[in-house]
Amino acid sequence: MAETDMAPSARPATSGKRRFQFGHEALLLVLLVVSLFVLATQSDVFLTTANLLNQGRLMTEVAIVALPMTMIIVTGGIDLSVGSMLGLSAIMLGYSWHNLGLPLEVACVVAVLTGTAAGFFNGLLVTRTKVPPLIATLATLALFRGLAEGISEARSVRGYPEWFYRLGQGEVLGVPSQLWILLVAIVIAWIVMARTTFGRSLYAIGHNEVAARFSGIAVDRCKLIIYTASGFTSGLAGLIFVSRVSTTRSDMGTGLELDVIAAVVLGGTSIFGGVGTIVGTVLGFVLIQVLKNGLALTGVTSDATIVVIGTVLIGSILLTNFISRRRRGDG
Amino acid sequence: MTAAADTAGVGILPGLRRIFATQEAVLLLALVVLVIVVGLINPRFVSERNIQSVLLGNAYIAVAAIGMSMVIISGNIDISVGSLIGVLATLSGSLAVNGVPIILCWLIPLVVGSLVTGFMGLLVAYLRIPAIVVSLGMLSILKGGLISVTGGDWITDLPEGYHLAQMRPFDIPMPIYFMVILTIGAAIWMRYSVTGRSIYAVGGNAEAARLSGISRERTIVKVFLIHGVFVGIASVLFATQLSIIQSTVPPNLELTIITASVVGGVSILGGVGTVIGSTFAAVLLAAIGSALIFVNLSPYWLRAVQGVLILVTVLADIYRRRRMSRRR
Repeated sequence: MAETDMAPSARPATSGKRRFQFGHEALLLVLLVVSLFVLATQSDVFLTTANLLNQGRLMTEVAIVALPMTMIIVTGGIDLSVGSMLGLSAIMLGYSWHNLGLPLEVACVVAVLTGTAAGFFNGLLVTRTKVPPLIATLATLALFRGLAEGISEARSVRGYPEWFYRLGQGEVLGVPSQLWILLVAIVIAWIVMARTTFGRSLYAIGHNEVAARFSGIAVDRCKLIIYTASGFTSGLAGLIFVSRVSTTRSDMGTGLELDVIAAVVLGGTSIFGGVGTIVGTVLGFVLIQVLKNGLALTGVTSDATIVVIGTVLIGSILLTNFISRRRRGDG
Repeated sequence: MTAAADTAGVGILPGLRRIFATQEAVLLLALVVLVIVVGLINPRFVSERNIQSVLLGNAYIAVAAIGMSMVIISGNIDISVGSLIGVLATLSGSLAVNGVPIILCWLIPLVVGSLVTGFMGLLVAYLRIPAIVVSLGMLSILKGGLISVTGGDWITDLPEGYHLAQMRPFDIPMPIYFMVILTIGAAIWMRYSVTGRSIYAVGGNAEAARLSGISRERTIVKVFLIHGVFVGIASVLFATQLSIIQSTVPPNLELTIITASVVGGVSILGGVGTVIGSTFAAVLLAAIGSALIFVNLSPYWLRAVQGVLILVTVLADIYRRRRMSRRR
């Protein structure tokens, strides 16, 4: 966050925000360790390699989409259409393989390209028309889901060849295949956000878009890239989802956007932009999955678990706000 | 729409042009065009029965959109509203089944709704947590809470006289009265009351509002409290329109309600918009949904066409505003 220190008088909270980050990530880590410990004492199954790997499998779709979402929210934007892009990509996979008779390999490419194109369309809307991202992606949420329903005519596609299921149900070196993809995606996203000029530009845009523009950052191009990336990962997540559950349906991914945003926000990314890290987001989605699974194993119903996650979301933000305000000495 | 107003506006009073430059007029015009065109294609679309059923089935969305518009005008948002409607509808039904006086079954959801949204308002106003985050958390709490309490069961055997939304004074369904009266009342209140004006002030420029002596915190808490009352009314209309109450609400209900506000011209950045616009938009969106069925479009494509129309409306609004600000 060195660049943001250039105007210390204008941004007195910068150092506080930096500490906010560390504070929040530390808090999440503590929460995670405590949850792991408590849940492990409650259930024999919970802290086993098999269970944890399986949870990783279930988490992948939300997790992989949460990475570019972190970048988008850091710029002060949002992408509500990720669930619909996932659904549309999944439908295009089934449609181009089953109805158009394309080889499944080609259909996979079509599916990911569909997601990417949808994300690019979002990027164009946001950068060219200056529609606020919340509104633009709210409209495309309806549009992409509508396309998925129209193209599929609400029919599901099953019976994919055996090799295709290796992506979502198989293992490589004893670890679920999609976890490798997620791992690579996390590393790429982390490097981009923490170690590249592009990543720094995203923070600059989120802090002050006008200033970023005046300091020569290609703001529109940056935005176009991250919204397209969001479409790409949604397409990829669609592929993984279909492979994991063995079927294609037009309502796939409904409500995904809220799970993804919850993970990102829980990870400490500010919805106002300028603040947030990939590490925080990773801690966010891992913590959510641990709570979901751990509580389910200890006999809490999945619906009551959602209540816990909502409470943790609000509580963690409250606590970090409180701590950072105390540290700054104005609370 | 703007182009037509421009060419016609040469010799006509500038006031007329100003009227046509409002989102409300554009929506009304779109509604009239839609009714005439689809009515010519299929006269059954303009039958009294269809008009009533469209209004009846969507009045609760328009009512919830009034509160939502106020929240958005104040510079905030509430994405928990769909779940809250579900919770309050179930609450109302459960009270009715357990023999609570019917009038209380109608009023308690308003109070509880107001308490829930008021709590969110407190977090937003005094602890400065963004409304989207607070309501995202609340959405999980309400959604999970609802299903784990009801177990997904439907409520049946509701008592006689409970079904407010099915009453028809002077042969017009009750929800239509609610929609019209609440819209007009809220519009007047937003325009002329001190609190109404301060909602615009806080949403438009919080700092300027503060300097002119308006308390941002108190205004936001008030907006959320009032929003909760509208959500409560919407939930009672929703609960009483059918003879059973399902423990689920239509998927993405919160997004439908936000869409109505936004298409109605409420700026997501705060400070701009009217509740009349949001009600027009709610009716227009419902009419579009019905029209697509009457022109024999495959129902599978309904949502896609709706999505395109929402996009077009939003783009037209942005384009119109840009032209207007350039002209000034």
